[in-house]
Amino acid sequence: MDQTRNILYFVAIAALIIITGMVQSWNSALLILNMGLISAVMALGVNLQWGFAGLFNVGVMGFVALGGLAAVLVSTDPVSEAWSAGGLRILFALAVGAGIIGATTIAYRRITATRPRVIAMVSILGLGFFLYRALLDPAVQAVESINPALQGNLGGLGLPIILAWPIGGLFAAGAAWIIGKAALGLRSDYLAIATLGISEIIIAILKNEDWLARGVKNVIGLDRPVPKEIDLQESAQFIERASGLGIDPVTASALFVKLNYALLFSVVLIILLVMVQLSLKSPWGRMMRAIRDNETAAAAMGKNVTNRHLQIFILGSAICGIAGAMMTTLDGQLTPGSYQPLRFTFLIWVMVIVGGSGNNFGAVLGGFLIWFLWVQVEPMSQYLVTLLTAGMAEDNALRLHMMESVAYMRLLTMGLVLLLVLRFSPRGLIPEK
Amino acid sequence: MAEPFLIGDAMTGGYGAGPDILHSCTIAVDPGQIAVIVGPNGAGKSTGMKAVFGMLNLREGSVRLDGEDITHLTPQERVVKGMGFVPQTQNIFTSMSVEENLEMGAFIRRDDIRETMEQVYDLFPILRDKRHQAAGELSGGQRQQVAVGRALMTKPKVLMLDEPTAGVSPIVMDELFDRIIEVARTGIPILMVEQNARQALEIADRGYVLVQGRNAYTGSGQELLADPEVLKSFLGG
Amino acid sequence: MDFINGLVVLLNFVLIPATAYGAQLALGALGVTLIYGILRFSNFAHGDTMAFGTMITVLVTWWFQSMGISFGPLPTALLALPLGIAATAALVLMTDRGVYQFYRAQKAKPVILVIVSMGVMFVMNGVVRIIIGVDDQRFSDGERFIFSVREFKAATGLREGMALKTTQGITVITALIVVIALFWFLNKTRTGKSMRAYADNEDLALLSGINPERVVAVIWIIVAALATIAGVLYGLDKSFKPFTYFQLLLPIFASAIVGGLGNPLGAIAGGFVVAYSEVMITYAWKKVLKYWMPESLEPSTLMQLLSTEYKFAVSFMILIVVLLFRPTGLFKGKAY
Repeated sequence: MDQTRNILYFVAIAALIIITGMVQSWNSALLILNMGLISAVMALGVNLQWGFAGLFNVGVMGFVALGGLAAVLVSTDPVSEAWSAGGLRILFALAVGAGIIGATTIAYRRITATRPRVIAMVSILGLGFFLYRALLDPAVQAVESINPALQGNLGGLGLPIILAWPIGGLFAAGAAWIIGKAALGLRSDYLAIATLGISEIIIAILKNEDWLARGVKNVIGLDRPVPKEIDLQESAQFIERASGLGIDPVTASALFVKLNYALLFSVVLIILLVMVQLSLKSPWGRMMRAIRDNETAAAAMGKNVTNRHLQIFILGSAICGIAGAMMTTLDGQLTPGSYQPLRFTFLIWVMVIVGGSGNNFGAVLGGFLIWFLWVQVEPMSQYLVTLLTAGMAEDNALRLHMMESVAYMRLLTMGLVLLLVLRFSPRGLIPEK
Repeated sequence: MAEPFLIGDAMTGGYGAGPDILHSCTIAVDPGQIAVIVGPNGAGKSTGMKAVFGMLNLREGSVRLDGEDITHLTPQERVVKGMGFVPQTQNIFTSMSVEENLEMGAFIRRDDIRETMEQVYDLFPILRDKRHQAAGELSGGQRQQVAVGRALMTKPKVLMLDEPTAGVSPIVMDELFDRIIEVARTGIPILMVEQNARQALEIADRGYVLVQGRNAYTGSGQELLADPEVLKSFLGG
Repeated sequence: MDFINGLVVLLNFVLIPATAYGAQLALGALGVTLIYGILRFSNFAHGDTMAFGTMITVLVTWWFQSMGISFGPLPTALLALPLGIAATAALVLMTDRGVYQFYRAQKAKPVILVIVSMGVMFVMNGVVRIIIGVDDQRFSDGERFIFSVREFKAATGLREGMALKTTQGITVITALIVVIALFWFLNKTRTGKSMRAYADNEDLALLSGINPERVVAVIWIIVAALATIAGVLYGLDKSFKPFTYFQLLLPIFASAIVGGLGNPLGAIAGGFVVAYSEVMITYAWKKVLKYWMPESLEPSTLMQLLSTEYKFAVSFMILIVVLLFRPTGLFKGKAY
């Protein structure tokens, strides 16, 4: 019974996308499908943390952005002048920075008396900070002055971009380890604020550290795991096949590329989904849920709750990182200025809650559905506004204002969807079993 | 026998939709009296009192105050009717001063509360000295005095205390019992649950021994203390 | 002389702006902390509540300006403020009736309320953007300065100048009045005390005959007023942009947590701690130090610890340090 209903949900989503293809264009339908797949992966990550462990992560944006950074650092070619100008010095400075933090931690652990401990920590951090900046600043300056119009950064490893997907996951996992060490085990609101904070910091770093990924100057024209449209359009074989199908080569190439992406993303989604499903049916997963449902009892039974939480927090964040790398790959560019918490953190939350927290298929469904709405609410409300203001003059101030504001209808809609689901179907569309 | 001032009559019920904890249990108290509910652990002592105060669902029986049936009133409404209740734990506002605790006790009153406050201070002189101190900073015994004082601020017609001496030292316990007797002398009927059965029965005009939610023995404090069965079963011989 | 010149620079670029910013954060954090104390959840919609209140005030200000109403040397927005507060109060009361009350009656877990507040945040976010758009709006009018750099230099003959913006003066004075009024209300009035009682011990407050729905309604009105005032002061001092208000959520929460969630006094202290640290860590100290250090030691760099873009990192680091070493905050909050 439930099974049929769930299948129907997915069929409905597929139908929505197909209708988009027929009414608007197949190009936009495939765009929605691709971003829907990525959203589903992100929702899977958040659901792992929230649905199975009750961890309240509102720093999704940061982990997604780290995945994006991985895409740049893996795929772009290294800038050899920049490396010789200061690359190693930057790495050395970063290592020194890490060493300073390590030394502070050791001081904290070793010295027990309060006052000497504070003095030691403050002086290590204070002096260390100046040392770090003295090492870092000139190196950064040297790197950023190399061909700033096009580069000004260290570049990457020049490897295939698909490798960035797992590496993006590793980046996010590393950040999650740090934040988890500091904030897990505290109240859930605190974890929320801490994750919100770190995501803002990650974005600030991406925006400002030009030597890393060119900051707000953006990195464009990233490598691709699939053929380029231009190449396809020049391939005689492709043109022949396209005309065989009755599609003009330009459209055909765009669709073909997107289909390739869809295939790749689907593979990732399915692999992750299978892995997550298997692990959650394992004793480990059962224990996670036991901890979520009664932390005190689980702790009393000798389970190390904070450690388990750390594991799942890292895993969930890593999945978000993978999704972030996939997204940057799809976009072909990294634009730190475009990362906004509403879009990359809170929207993912809406996906998880609406889909059904604690159910992976629910999260995937929510990912597709909410992404579809996010994209389609704007044209829908545009249509509505046109209809409503049909009687008004072209330059009617109210009409113009309403036309201008349709873009923000999606925020309102997302809020209402979330509130309505929470109120009338708090377990989501596909509830946890 | 005349109808008692406050009576929980043949009460049967439990928390929410849970199983019955009380089985036709009767508890009553009259003006000037101290009635004490004692019994072994898990006998439903506190539950019996909470039933009188309207904190659980009664399936049978009724609660009457001064002849009025109040079985279906909420605890808040019973406060307005003149029932003062001192919970066993978390019975004071720890972050507020002693005086503010008393003021909050009198929240439902719209008249001048200064006289009542003076009476409470006369009853518990230590509170007068500490009236501007945060209640959470006081000792255990003093906190219990604040809690009782808070409940007295409504000028209740009946005062109910849930284990007022839980966790305080024997000396403080004796002092608290003295105060409770003093309150009773002002004419307010007192119904209380006590774990220190022997000491409590000594000051009780009426004692209820509950076993598994049923009235096992009922009588005056002295009678119960003299009853060899009661002594043997509950008071350790 | 050098010392005084350095001090003037310090006042002008660090202490005065940080004090104004601290006052704004403190008012914001008070709102968060009061909601936490009474309703027991972290309200993610607070930044957008501030934005909504400010937006209404901006609109009313424009309306007043179009009618030629002004407040003399003071910004017209101060006249519009009461209407902004009233509209925001109406909005949050409606939100409480329509949204939060349901979960309160169910005794839902706090984290559910936090997620609910995320939904409210989205809605308010959308409403504000639909009505006024996403652009920067300036609505400050009246006298710009209490005294300007030029006047200061002329009066003192110092090399360095100092200005005190009207908005900065208004911010500090308004914040002071609001805080005094709030503490008077909480500590001296019957309703205020009943709210503290409710925050302290909900069950006992019910036993004492305190009406929870009334407490909740009053707290929402107070929070609406605090949020609107904080938002308007921030907007006057800088400018009004919806997204900035959303971003204020982080320093505001940092302030409230640093001070101890649920503790009003702590929220104020936290606001200033966060504001001062943010400004001091992102300020280029060279201008001050060139007066205070001997010439031979004059700093060659800007002496800026972190670039301004990292100001969120500062709130965050303070937050982490407090969470690690003193999870209940500087003043004891309700962190259990």
